[in-house]
Amino acid sequence: MWLTRLLVGAYPRWTGAAPTAAQRIYFGNHSSHMDTVVLWAALPQELRSNTRPVAAKDYWDRPGIRGIIARNELNVVMVDRSRDDPNADPLDPLRDALEHGFSLIIFPEGTRSAQPLPGPFKSGLYHLAREFPQVELIPVYIENLHRSMPKGAFLPVPLICTVRFGAPVALKPDEAKETFLERARADVIRLAG
Amino acid sequence: MRLTTYETFLAVFCALALLSTVATGVGQWAAHRTMDPARSARLAVLNSRARASWSVLLIFTIAFALGKWALLVVFAGASYFALREFLSLTPIKSSDYWGLVFAFYFVIPAQYVLLGLGRASVFATFIPVYVFLLLPVIVAIRQDNERFLERIAKVQWGLMISVYCISHAPAIATLPIRGYEGRGPLLLLFFLLVLFFTDVLQIVFSAALDGRSLKSNPNKTVRGLLAGGAGGALIGTGLWWMTPFAWWQALIMSLVIVSTGFLGSVVLSAVKQSLGARQWDSEVVFTRGVLERLDAMTFAAPLFWQITRYFWVIRTDI
Repeated sequence: MWLTRLLVGAYPRWTGAAPTAAQRIYFGNHSSHMDTVVLWAALPQELRSNTRPVAAKDYWDRPGIRGIIARNELNVVMVDRSRDDPNADPLDPLRDALEHGFSLIIFPEGTRSAQPLPGPFKSGLYHLAREFPQVELIPVYIENLHRSMPKGAFLPVPLICTVRFGAPVALKPDEAKETFLERARADVIRLAG
Repeated sequence: MRLTTYETFLAVFCALALLSTVATGVGQWAAHRTMDPARSARLAVLNSRARASWSVLLIFTIAFALGKWALLVVFAGASYFALREFLSLTPIKSSDYWGLVFAFYFVIPAQYVLLGLGRASVFATFIPVYVFLLLPVIVAIRQDNERFLERIAKVQWGLMISVYCISHAPAIATLPIRGYEGRGPLLLLFFLLVLFFTDVLQIVFSAALDGRSLKSNPNKTVRGLLAGGAGGALIGTGLWWMTPFAWWQALIMSLVIVSTGFLGSVVLSAVKQSLGARQWDSEVVFTRGVLERLDAMTFAAPLFWQITRYFWVIRTDI
């Protein structure tokens, strides 16, 4: 936590929403493994305790320091990307967390992109927006992190990263999945501006 | 009667604590009374300086109490944050990765360890010679030659300003001046006090005397700059007793600090604007950062160190 601050700063800038205790889904661009920690560190302390990052089980759920950070510090919601069991819906753990009143941090690209701007979003965000209309969807853009820690690097270079929070996006009635996802993505890109 | 280092520091510390208290109090009082927005903006700057003086006092008390290595750690930290700020505004490609790892995790510690071991000649040539030659090699191995010169030049500039220049401030405390043994930290304190009071006086006089604002710093005016500079030099002269200098030498050295400090802030403001014009508002991390606070020191420290070293360590015959 303090190590993240020391290395990359993780300075928050709330441009479209205020940091309140409302239940939220923060969704952002994914360019490095540190995104999760950086976004989480940028939140005010009182929000951190009921905000849970969503992360891939195959990366985070391992013995050793990574698993300890994921479970004890971040309280991560693990998502199974491998889909061993075809009947299990990977979104179920997310629904469960939302029903218990937690806010979530998700990266709807599903994987890390080497570009500063996010690639196409996966549909999970849409399903959650439809099933939980009362939860605010906040677009987030994390600046600079793709330069601080390029894919494959193990040691982050200290560069200041700013985390920008935008205005909430709401799913319109009868809005098509593709339109909504594209609109959500455009909101993240606009924050990069 | 000559005071010991410890007694001198204690005296200066008490005087500074008193001054900070008065400045904080008066600043808060004045900020509540004024209505003029330009004046209250300047007062806000002044108040932030008064608050900053408290943290500086605290850090220095710790560093002086714990000795040389603690002082070096404090300045290495300053270098680290300054370099981080500088490079955050520089466009960097992912092929620069190893060059940056080298800069952060090797050059900064190495420079301060060299200083701590007292290798003045290696310390003064390490970054301008060895790193200057090695850094492009590390980046060139990646065979990404797009804007190659621009990329390495900016990293080298960042290292020169935020590591090489800043590390010369603690180096002042380690100069082996004959007849001044063990009192090195006082010379550093003298240097920092002149810089600090010049800055504060320039803001005070700029608020008091109207006139054209400087392009590089809207908080200072031309007349305030000259008056504050003269005031800083006079304070420096008045502090001659804590230096190895005679009073007129202290006057000349203070003028050196004041003028090079001013030039440093002009140059760094130009650098900053050419790097970060895109994000030029008060919220940006850069503007509340270390680099802006230390801009005058980056130019004054190496020059003060070189001049003092030449006339008081090397050429003791004149």
